[in-house]
Amino acid sequence: MVQLQEVTLDELKHLVSDRAIQGETMLLNMGPQHPSTHGVLRLMLELEGETIINCVPDIGFLHTGVEKNMEAKRYEQAEVMTDRLDYLNTVGNNLAYCLAIEKLVGLDVPPRAQVIRVILAELQRIGSHLIWLGTQSLDLAAMSMFLYCFRERELILDILELVSGQRMMTTYIRPGGVWRDIPEEFYDAVQQFMAMFPTRIKQYHGLLTKNPLFIDRTKGIGVISAEDAVAWGLTGPSLRGSGVALDNRKTQPYTGYEEYDFEIPTRTAGDVYARYECRMDEFWQSLRIIEQGLKKLRELDGAPVRSSNRKFVPPPRSELGASMEALIHHFKLWTEGFDAPAEYVYMPVSSPRGELGVYLEGNGSNKPHRVHWRTPSFVHLQALPVLSKGLLVADLVAIIGSIDIVLGDSDR
Amino acid sequence: MGIEQKLANLGIVTTTLEKAVNWSRTRAMWPLLSGLACCAIEMMAAEASHYDMSRFGMELMRASPRQSDLLIVAGRVTRKMAPVIRRLYDQLPDPKWAIAMGDCASCGGVFNNYAIVQGVDEVIPVDVYIAGCPPRPEGLIHGILTLYEKVENERLTKWR
Repeated sequence: MVQLQEVTLDELKHLVSDRAIQGETMLLNMGPQHPSTHGVLRLMLELEGETIINCVPDIGFLHTGVEKNMEAKRYEQAEVMTDRLDYLNTVGNNLAYCLAIEKLVGLDVPPRAQVIRVILAELQRIGSHLIWLGTQSLDLAAMSMFLYCFRERELILDILELVSGQRMMTTYIRPGGVWRDIPEEFYDAVQQFMAMFPTRIKQYHGLLTKNPLFIDRTKGIGVISAEDAVAWGLTGPSLRGSGVALDNRKTQPYTGYEEYDFEIPTRTAGDVYARYECRMDEFWQSLRIIEQGLKKLRELDGAPVRSSNRKFVPPPRSELGASMEALIHHFKLWTEGFDAPAEYVYMPVSSPRGELGVYLEGNGSNKPHRVHWRTPSFVHLQALPVLSKGLLVADLVAIIGSIDIVLGDSDR
Repeated sequence: MGIEQKLANLGIVTTTLEKAVNWSRTRAMWPLLSGLACCAIEMMAAEASHYDMSRFGMELMRASPRQSDLLIVAGRVTRKMAPVIRRLYDQLPDPKWAIAMGDCASCGGVFNNYAIVQGVDEVIPVDVYIAGCPPRPEGLIHGILTLYEKVENERLTKWR
């Protein structure tokens, strides 16, 4: 057992200014159990009156060791870990990981599976934004938004449950396709959601967009310029609120996003309100993508949803009784899995929060040599001190919500 | 027959102190607003409009441990978080209860590694364990009703 090294207080003194050490300013601890830190984030605030002079995020309260655990599991077994990283974007995590494996071993994905992936990823994007909207407005004292957002989110979870049997941790996307074909009820469920959701978005706008209380607490708060946002590594809606139209779905299209017609909403103000508007517009864009996806899916009815490459994808159950070769493949894949070459890939996808990247390195065996996740929440947290400097503690709550962090994503 | 019937006509119900107090404890049990990971999202879903946990006297989640009766450990407990959980539990005023929600809080779940405490019962006493990764909101509600059953059957001599 390795002994942990004690850190003395003197070693931590560089984190705060001399004024705090002399007692001129106040040090305030926020979290890790705090309703507005969106999880187990701890912030050490240096305050002068109520003004924030400095803010030091202390992360790691949810460090799960996922990356190390994934090295001890076979490629297809490690996928269940990916769900639990960013638990608001489970489908997107599966997608990033499966795309990385497919890139590493050179596996094809049938078109129908790609369309299903896109639809589910966009539904998940709406679901994640709903949680963001609910919790951000809850922090800004709009309690009813929380109740409305969770009401709509249940419908998305119902759809995920319909296809995979699980509400949150679906593991539905698999290397080489998806687990199995969608049930017939899927079309109706998504169509119903699509018919209902636009009116709900308008309701959200009615409650918040012109609400003077909401505007007072968000406009001009947490401003970051486009150059600074790029320099601090912000991605996703947090970057697009500053006017940079960067999205991996457009710049490095994956799983067939280049065939869809959609826009990247941007705003130029760079404040909390601009980031709010960007995400609200993304609801509409996601709906557009889903609508196109459903049309494509109808055309591809009956097409396969898993690759026919038997070295990586197990054969269907029906073949096992008739084909010796299928039985061998089945046995091989479920006992020792597949090997990946000693190469590395980096696969970025656009998660609801920003660029989610998987660095995957093989070593010729059936287990990954190294898995690393480039997670947006982790990168966004480093910009928090910059965004909150000189503002009030109440504004910090709005800023934390606006960069949309998930601590499972950040601490891994 | 007897005094109970006569009293009932006057609008008076007789019971034992044990039953009355236990009943009142289950009807307004306030959980601590504290989530750790994935299960916290399902806990929020259980609190929100669709599952509406206020049907069971839990509409109020308190952010301060000093105002709550129940600690729902929702999510994986890391080695860094474990002392914080213990401290939160110690700050709850008696009588207090704890629920380990989900596989990670119950036994470590899929994470058997250096970072995760293999079950929150290594740190605090747990009354009810809820299985699932994450448990559905119905699962959480079932766990809470199980806890209520336990509280209703607590003996006066063992009151905390």
